[in-house]
Amino acid sequence: MSIAWYLAVSAIVFSLGVVGVITRRNPLVVLLCLELMLNGANLSLVAFSRMWGNGDGQILALIVMTVAACEVCIGLGMIVAIYRRRLPIDVDELRELQG
Amino acid sequence: MSAVLFFIAGFGTIAGAVGVVVLRDPFYSVLALVAHLISLAVLFLLLRAEFVAAAQVVVYAGAVMVLYVFVVAYVGGSGAGLSGDEPLGGVSGLGSSASSLRLGGAIAGGAVLIELLIALLGTGLKAVGGYGAAYAPGPRTFGTPAYIGNLLLTRFLLAFEAASFLLLIAAVGAVVLAGRRGGPEDDEEEHRLTSLDLIRPQGTGTTAEGVGGPRR
Repeated sequence: MSIAWYLAVSAIVFSLGVVGVITRRNPLVVLLCLELMLNGANLSLVAFSRMWGNGDGQILALIVMTVAACEVCIGLGMIVAIYRRRLPIDVDELRELQG
Repeated sequence: MSAVLFFIAGFGTIAGAVGVVVLRDPFYSVLALVAHLISLAVLFLLLRAEFVAAAQVVVYAGAVMVLYVFVVAYVGGSGAGLSGDEPLGGVSGLGSSASSLRLGGAIAGGAVLIELLIALLGTGLKAVGGYGAAYAPGPRTFGTPAYIGNLLLTRFLLAFEAASFLLLIAAVGAVVLAGRRGGPEDDEEEHRLTSLDLIRPQGTGTTAEGVGGPRR
């Protein structure tokens, strides 16, 4: 398949992630949708890397995966901390900064 | 053959993404994301990114998703303090109903999709319509672990080290965020003197002392 097909798939995955981040209210699912957006970007990076026959895009995809792992680590830690303080796990009710 | 595989994997990727967004139970969302990641790894393989595909399956679909499953089981297990995720219920205090939020989300997502398709497919790059650069299979060609490792330790050494340091910071941050502070439930727990406390010197390693609790 030509590179354009892969790019189309990556665009669809990214916009599905955008829809999820906007509509879902559970922060766990919001984190999952962030993963979707990062994966869409990763797919386009690898596709462009294949297009030029150059490995730089794959290295960037690996770094993006590392950053995503860090983000998951911190995000899940925050969710566990929220749960420990008996706060509602809902992004709409957590919109105030006061503890 | 590769076209058939592409359509199967592409369908799996998009279906998994739809499942993550649509499914109501966070646990099913995590499982849909696992299916999405595995399909995406197949797409990476089709793009000759062998090492990235392997890392995707091992790191993402393995380790990170296990972390998600643990947190979903921990947070979603007992109903206390969990309001759940109900896309149909009214959003409290926002002044707008959930259905208009979903409509706005769909409109925004569609706009982003159209913009991305214009940007990616309407580009002036002729090679987007092609099948990629020339590729000859071999032990050290494009995308193999040897190739990636060589790049990571020569041209991208700084990025590699920065990523490892970032992982260290994230691990420390997660421990600080999720760790218990103040000891386990000081006020409820009555201290009972046991015979072991009489012979044990101060400051020698009970769990309560380890987390900064009351010294006994």
